[in-house]
Amino acid sequence: MLPISRERLVVVGNGMAGMRTVEELLKLDPTRFDIAVFGAEPHPNYDRIMLSSVLAGEKQVDDIVINTRAWYEENDISLHTGDPVVKIDPKARTVTAQSGLTVPYDRLLLATGSKPIVPPIPGLNLPGVCAFRDIADVDTMIDASTKHRKAVVIGGGLLGLEAAWGLKRRGMDVALVHLMPTLMERQLDETAGKLLQRDLTERGIAFFTNGQTEEVTGKDRVTGIKLADGRGAPADLVVVAIGIRPETTLAREAGLEVNRGIVVGDNLSTSDPDIFAVGECAEHRGQVVGLVAPIWDMAKVCAHHLAGGGELIYTAQVSATRLKITGIDVYSAGQLAAGEDEDEIVLRDARRGAYRKLVMRDGKVVGTVLYGDVTDGAWYFDLIRRRTDVSDIASRMILGQAALGGGTQEPDVAAMPDDMQICGCNGVCKGTIVDTIKAKGLDSYEAVKAHTKASASCGSCAPLVRQLLAATLGVEVTGPAIPTVCKCTDHTHEEVRTQILKQKLKTQAAVREAMAWKTPDGCASCRPALNFYLLCAWPGEYQDDSRSRFINERAHANIQKDGTYSVIPRMWGGTATPAELAAIATVAAKYDVKEVKITGGQRLGIYGIKKPDLPAVWGELTDAGLVSGHAYAKGLRTVKTCVGLEWCRFGTQDSTSLGKQLERLTWGNWTPHKFKMGVSGCPRNCAEASIKDFGVVCVESGFDLLVGGNGGIELRGTDRLCHVATEAEVLEYCAAFMQLYREEARYLDRTAPWIERVGIAYVRTRIVDDAEGRKVLAEKFRHAQSFLQDDPWAERANQGVDATEFKPLPALV
Amino acid sequence: MTELTWVRVCALADILPLGARTIPHRKGEIAVFRCGDDSIFAVLNRCPHKQGPLSEGIVHGHRVACPLHSWVIDLESGEAVAPDIGCTPKIPTKIEDGAVWLAVPA
Ligand code: SRM
Ligand SMILES: Cc1cc2nc3c(=O)[nH]c(=O)nc-3n(C[C@H](O)[C@H](O)[C@H](O)COP(=O)(O)OP(=O)(O)OC[C@H]3O[C@@H](n4cnc5c(N)ncnc54)[C@H](O)[C@@H]3O)c2cc1C
Ligand code: SF4
Ligand code: FES
Repeated sequence: MLPISRERLVVVGNGMAGMRTVEELLKLDPTRFDIAVFGAEPHPNYDRIMLSSVLAGEKQVDDIVINTRAWYEENDISLHTGDPVVKIDPKARTVTAQSGLTVPYDRLLLATGSKPIVPPIPGLNLPGVCAFRDIADVDTMIDASTKHRKAVVIGGGLLGLEAAWGLKRRGMDVALVHLMPTLMERQLDETAGKLLQRDLTERGIAFFTNGQTEEVTGKDRVTGIKLADGRGAPADLVVVAIGIRPETTLAREAGLEVNRGIVVGDNLSTSDPDIFAVGECAEHRGQVVGLVAPIWDMAKVCAHHLAGGGELIYTAQVSATRLKITGIDVYSAGQLAAGEDEDEIVLRDARRGAYRKLVMRDGKVVGTVLYGDVTDGAWYFDLIRRRTDVSDIASRMILGQAALGGGTQEPDVAAMPDDMQICGCNGVCKGTIVDTIKAKGLDSYEAVKAHTKASASCGSCAPLVRQLLAATLGVEVTGPAIPTVCKCTDHTHEEVRTQILKQKLKTQAAVREAMAWKTPDGCASCRPALNFYLLCAWPGEYQDDSRSRFINERAHANIQKDGTYSVIPRMWGGTATPAELAAIATVAAKYDVKEVKITGGQRLGIYGIKKPDLPAVWGELTDAGLVSGHAYAKGLRTVKTCVGLEWCRFGTQDSTSLGKQLERLTWGNWTPHKFKMGVSGCPRNCAEASIKDFGVVCVESGFDLLVGGNGGIELRGTDRLCHVATEAEVLEYCAAFMQLYREEARYLDRTAPWIERVGIAYVRTRIVDDAEGRKVLAEKFRHAQSFLQDDPWAERANQGVDATEFKPLPALV
Repeated sequence: MTELTWVRVCALADILPLGARTIPHRKGEIAVFRCGDDSIFAVLNRCPHKQGPLSEGIVHGHRVACPLHSWVIDLESGEAVAPDIGCTPKIPTKIEDGAVWLAVPA
């Protein structure tokens, strides 16, 4: 047992600031205090920042707990959760909790955080309205997303946007109302705010800017919102995220000096020297905080004074903001726009949708706003914090550190000074990370994170931390393992494809030899992969190897469970002529087939053909002008179309004709896995374009192009690639996209997992932003097609290709 | 006791390397495989799993992967490769004068 005579520290608020201060204190002097913690929430201390990730479905509540109940026990801290403190008596030096429990203190720490601002509008007490501050709010939102469709978020700041994105990810229709003309106006300038709005609109969030919410409507539950200018939106869930206000009720009632927040000095004590305040509830030199980086500084200084120190003082630092929406990179720090004494340097890259701005004063950077590409954020931030004189590089530094240093793509961690801050949230410098790795012999990213807390909060510096670990250990740090082609080799798909091109390997035997295969003729996994990679690398040159193809592709028909085959002719865009239908009927009757079925791909399948009969069947179909539908191929399958402009009262373009053109362009192609398309005549999307590998949705002004959808085992909706105006462009983008997929995806990757891995942003840079590159890809595709568009059925029916495949040897008597 | 007789079934060249042919027989269809090293194997064309036609599988080493559910059958023994368990009857083969011979029940 520890001595009873210890000083008593009571902490009000079991949140990020309070518990960080306790952690810092335990580091300095673990036995000084007998500690009691009161928390209004029923949970142990968790990472509030990560609520956004929990809402977006990227993390579970259990993943974000910082200190478990066991931790409190180990450190002999008595924890009272779900029991808010309701009264402080500074004279008696006691606090009283809601449960009636009164405890005495020698030192009191207030860390009550903030509460969401509630605007004075009617309807906010209805079920279905919540804020975005704690686990209970997130539970409310997740629950609503499983039962309801429509959400409205009020507030276009960081929290509102992250709430909107999380709800969108959970499948809700989301509209966001923002009072100002541009989003995140306190962290972003107008240009970046507009880019952000554009990108989020593209992701399906609707915006009402300049929108003053006047009323939340509904009787038993919310039904919608009304704006002052008459606009409105239906809603089953309303999230209010218009700002926060320091939680100061207790302090005020206890007679402490309170302004906007609880007033604290440089040592973080309040107007009562025994009472300290940290975090969002505190006001230091007229400033309150709303991000964790300054809070960690407060925690350190406060712990120092609680532990009896007298030197450290807290000074406010500039802090940087980063939005946590996967795939959208926004970074800002310091001053957002030039005043009278400042200059702005701006770089716009409209094609990439990237933007960066530096605000300069007297040859120093005082602010930055980055959109799209934020790799240089940490560098600029460091220059701001150090007030480095950059006059001599001012004009070039907007291009980024890499452009100055001679062209490495990634920030050069080795060249960074030791006191450069890597993790803004936790204030961890490069030196600390490197020293800890060496002193503790750390060898994994997880260990570095656990020991230094670098990247343990918002996680955005994780890549830098990984690089530092790699540089310190002098090795590559592995992320998730990259799969090898198969057990016959230790090489990855990517390595094999690179070497095929680099060493001009043109046969499978050459690849196996050059890359030290462990088997003489590979296996059923690597042979089809190599066959495809070579076919893709050397069009017209490499001779397809039928014995490296799965039976369906070798026999150009799908094998069925009874060993018979199905024959599925192409029906361009799902259409057929009477003569074609007649030929199918004739074949079905003549060969006594068991079934003719309309497939899920909009065409007719003929089932139960015996293998030796296949060439004859094909011969008859070929005579009627039918070609293989490649229903068996890792290649183009079907192009599903709707009737479109030609017939439909809503059609905006001729979707059937466009579908046929796409099918004529791409049939016969081989791809890493099967490839399906859909073309719909309007956004009602009857051809289900949004679950295809390449989808087109026609609109009045042209065509929306969609990619990476999959309706199979794991349902995935498409990503929007871009909008184009003409059919010719649709064809060019399609050819280029297919070629990129052919060249870069791993064999047996559908487009969906491939895009999940490389990101839609990457695909856009290659296909949309880089017009020159797109043309080259499309041209390569057409070149390959000049060798591939021979109907395999005609070749086998009439030209004797692969004759032995279909003919059994003479019977033995 | 069954008596076996050697019969000539085709020229070696009638089977493509890493390929297979089938031969109808009254006891069931036979699959004859030609491996990468030109060795010849024959088994009953019936996968021990669900009777898949082994002749349609991809041949590698002295093995074939069944086209239906990818069991791998060792052609030297007719046994399924672990973890699968099963066996398909083997038919003795030989190559003489560039021709493929099988020993079948008389
Ligand atoms: C015939 C058909 C079912 C039907 O009777 O309608 C069919 C039949 C088969 N599908 Fe399918 N799929 C058929 C439309 C679909 C669709 C619907 C579509 O294309 O709109 C899908 C979901 C959409 C998608 O792919 O995104 C579909 C998703 C799959 C999957 C899962 C793919 C995935 O990436 O998750 C497989 C398994 C695979 O490919 O590994 C599969 C595999 C198969 C195989 C090839 C199974 C096999 O390996 O033997 C079946 C072949 C039977 C045969 O011989 O015809 N089939 N399959 C359809 C042929 C369409 C055509 O005309 O070509
Ligand atoms: C969704 C979301 C995303 C965010 N993202 C980021 C980000 O990316 N980067 C960043 O830097 N910051 C972010 N923040 C802000 C960051 O979480 C806060 O700045 C930080 O949590 C503040 O710490 P605190 O301890 O002052 O307050 P809190 O963490 O809120 O802790 C205060 C605690 O005190 C409790 N309490 C209040 N009154 C009483 C009482 N009378 N008795 C007992 N307990 C009481 C509260 O219930 C609460 O649990 C985000 C915040 C949210 C909500
Ligand atoms: S869903 Fe597709 S793979 Fe499954 S049984 Fe039907 S046709 Fe076969
Ligand atoms: S029938 Fe051969 S693996 Fe199933």
